[in-house]
Amino acid sequence: MRATVLVRPKAGILDPQGQAVESSLRQLGFSVSGARVGRVVDLELSAPDPASARATLERMCEQLLANPLIESYEIELSGG
Amino acid sequence: MSGERPRIAVLVFPGSNDDRDAAHAVDALGAEAVPVWHAEPELPDVGGVVLPGGFSYGDYLRCGALARFAPAMGAVARVAAGGGPVLGICNGFQILCEASLLPGVLRPNASLSFVCRDVDVVVEHEDTPFTAGCGGKTLTIPVKHGEGCWFGDAALVHRLEAERRIVLRYAGGDNPNGSVADVAGVVNKGRNVLGLMPHPEHAVDPLLGSTDGAPLLSGLIEAARTLPAVVV
Repeated sequence: MRATVLVRPKAGILDPQGQAVESSLRQLGFSVSGARVGRVVDLELSAPDPASARATLERMCEQLLANPLIESYEIELSGG
Repeated sequence: MSGERPRIAVLVFPGSNDDRDAAHAVDALGAEAVPVWHAEPELPDVGGVVLPGGFSYGDYLRCGALARFAPAMGAVARVAAGGGPVLGICNGFQILCEASLLPGVLRPNASLSFVCRDVDVVVEHEDTPFTAGCGGKTLTIPVKHGEGCWFGDAALVHRLEAERRIVLRYAGGDNPNGSVADVAGVVNKGRNVLGLMPHPEHAVDPLLGSTDGAPLLSGLIEAARTLPAVVV
């Protein structure tokens, strides 16, 4: 089973990286506001069904992939 | 651990780069530094631990996030739980936060710039082994980090202040990284684990411009000397 984990800085958390990206995009002439930079983790795992895969991925996020103090995460599963 | 020269473990992770400076400082201040490779599941007979600065595991994922799972960290947690003194410097602070041995988390500097300079650090509380000998001073100690912006939410900061656990703050106007509440160093509830971004091990010799780091490290050594042996 393939999974993608999206890790984002939580709302309200200062994201200087996002601010730097936003200001660079503006310098390039793009009209943007509120850029935030997170992280994508693509992985493959074996699990009997999507529900247990999701439960396992949540444990991965809580223990390592995200720091719950400052980051939120989102799990996307795709079959096979 | 007792005796004339208490033994202090200095952990070495892949990517640590201040471990030798830390060992040198600990030796110079009257203890015996014992380097311990991160893969060791147990520590030798030591009275205290230093987690040095550097870039353990390349700072991959988040600073300290991978190092916290090193086998030696289980032993460090046992030392901490047993009341033994544990000092995390810079990357060591990041690791202790990720390991939940200290509160909060270290994030990229607000400026996004690596900062390398002396800072003035105010000793807010002296009732820890590390700060007992600091005499209410302002310490001048170098920082050198890209990710030293300590973060805790308002509730956490409030609790830490009530518990007098923010023991080191950057002096007014001298916050190099944008840390919340000017936090430079915090202790655990038992006050035997301290993490700080400034590098006391780089400030123990007048040749290097300051000796203000010496009292913090001497406090660790004194605690290692006087506390009963910690079984790990």
